[in-house]
Amino acid sequence: MKYDLVIIGGGPAGLSAANAAWEDGCRSICIVERDRELGGILNQCIHNGFGLHYFKEELTGPEYAGRFIAMLRHTGVDVRLDAMVLEITEEKQVHIVSSSGGYEVLEAGAVVLAMGCRERTRGAIAIPGTRPAGVFTAGTAQRYLNIEGYMVGKRVVILGSGDIGLIMARRMTLEGAKVLACVEVMPYSGGLTRNIVQCLDDFDIPLYLSHTITDIQGKDRVERVVVAKVGPDRRPIPGTEMTFDCDTVLLSVGLIPENELSRGAGICIDSRTNGPAVYENMETSMPGVFACGNVLHVHDLVDFVTAESARAGKAAAAYAAGARVSSSHILDIRNGNIVGYTVPQHIHMDAPFPAVDVFFRVRAVCGQSRIVVTDETGAQIASFRRERMAPGEMEQIKLPRVLLEKAQGAVTVSVEEDEP
Amino acid sequence: MTHLICITCPKGCHLSVDEANEYTVTGNACPRGAAYGKNELLHPVRVVTSTVRVDGYTPPRLPVKTDRPLPKEKMFDCMALINSLTVQPPVQTGQILAANILGTDVNLVAAKTI
Repeated sequence: MKYDLVIIGGGPAGLSAANAAWEDGCRSICIVERDRELGGILNQCIHNGFGLHYFKEELTGPEYAGRFIAMLRHTGVDVRLDAMVLEITEEKQVHIVSSSGGYEVLEAGAVVLAMGCRERTRGAIAIPGTRPAGVFTAGTAQRYLNIEGYMVGKRVVILGSGDIGLIMARRMTLEGAKVLACVEVMPYSGGLTRNIVQCLDDFDIPLYLSHTITDIQGKDRVERVVVAKVGPDRRPIPGTEMTFDCDTVLLSVGLIPENELSRGAGICIDSRTNGPAVYENMETSMPGVFACGNVLHVHDLVDFVTAESARAGKAAAAYAAGARVSSSHILDIRNGNIVGYTVPQHIHMDAPFPAVDVFFRVRAVCGQSRIVVTDETGAQIASFRRERMAPGEMEQIKLPRVLLEKAQGAVTVSVEEDEP
Repeated sequence: MTHLICITCPKGCHLSVDEANEYTVTGNACPRGAAYGKNELLHPVRVVTSTVRVDGYTPPRLPVKTDRPLPKEKMFDCMALINSLTVQPPVQTGQILAANILGTDVNLVAAKTI
């Protein structure tokens, strides 16, 4: 089977890429989705707060996904549900398997990677203790509760203050559970501030910053956890232990882009984002393969996933139609002081863009500061003021072509905090 | 003066509300923040989202929400009402599942089409 464009993943990224590619005239598109329905993780994110940027109104996750699924119905985009992609080859053959279609190879003119991300697990952070039932990643518990309809516990401790953990603290409380504490190893929250307010403060759930779980106890089911304060080196401080009697531990300790397929295809992965390194048009190191959404870098807001994925979809449609971008003049973007990474990592200077949106996260909470873009000679080509920045909130700057053309060699994005 | 973090959007503005001066809000980046700051001190409201049971359908839960925020102290009563409901498919997004709940003019609506 041949398609101009094969999109791997039918969550918000894949849906937006498909709609944008169709709008740009691509008429042979297939979305491959491993779940039984489109929408991805939005289906389990039943809380509201989605779409304020994109739709200018506040939607729940299923409503946000539903709008894009409805748009797709007016197109001729093929959708393969319950289908798993096994491999992407250098020739852009996408090997898939499903119970309805068996083993198939889709020949693609262009590919969009939109596989999303996975949660870090207990194994990934090596919490000591026994191995009883009752330890879940927050997203898994969210799926059990919101889609399958199972309550996962009655007395809950949440480790990590990522947004999913905070959202689940409120959700479990509303459903009648007692959430005893949210425990965060860093001195600041990993989630959006609004979620601390409306998910923890609203229900008087204490947030313990600079604390971690040092022991999980229980034979068949979690019976209690031990929480201790940590020092600046993030090691537990002896003598500060507290014990919580609980039957459930939810982990919200970070997300990792899911790039087994990308790695298998030989696509260059950026160790800072754990996603493919991309150009300004979302193209990866493999020509004709594009990436967007949480497989590329973990986002806070789905609205930004939608916008990014539309760029990927448009660029993939253009590639499938035969357009090629010259790579004779590549500008690299590097991360400097306090900046953890940038997306994109490279810019095709011969491409006809008016400006490039660069996304990044800071490594530490910053007060009033300047985002500074410099070139290899140290010359400043742009600067942006910010009142406050935090690792939990993605930052965005717009670099116009006229400024990028002035740069000598690679440009570096860094942050300079004002003197207090 | 009370300091709040606005929950209207993900920006999370740091608001200051002056109770002594007609609840004037500063620190907000948009008019929604001013309204939130005043409301939050006078009569705080929240949108409730949850799921209801669906008869004979997989998956067995339908996401629902209140179509407007309701008084914060009524959140748990709203949850009790939501958990007493069972719906039969088909259901359209936005369809009213319970009208004027708890004596408010707020409706409970479906957040998904099944």
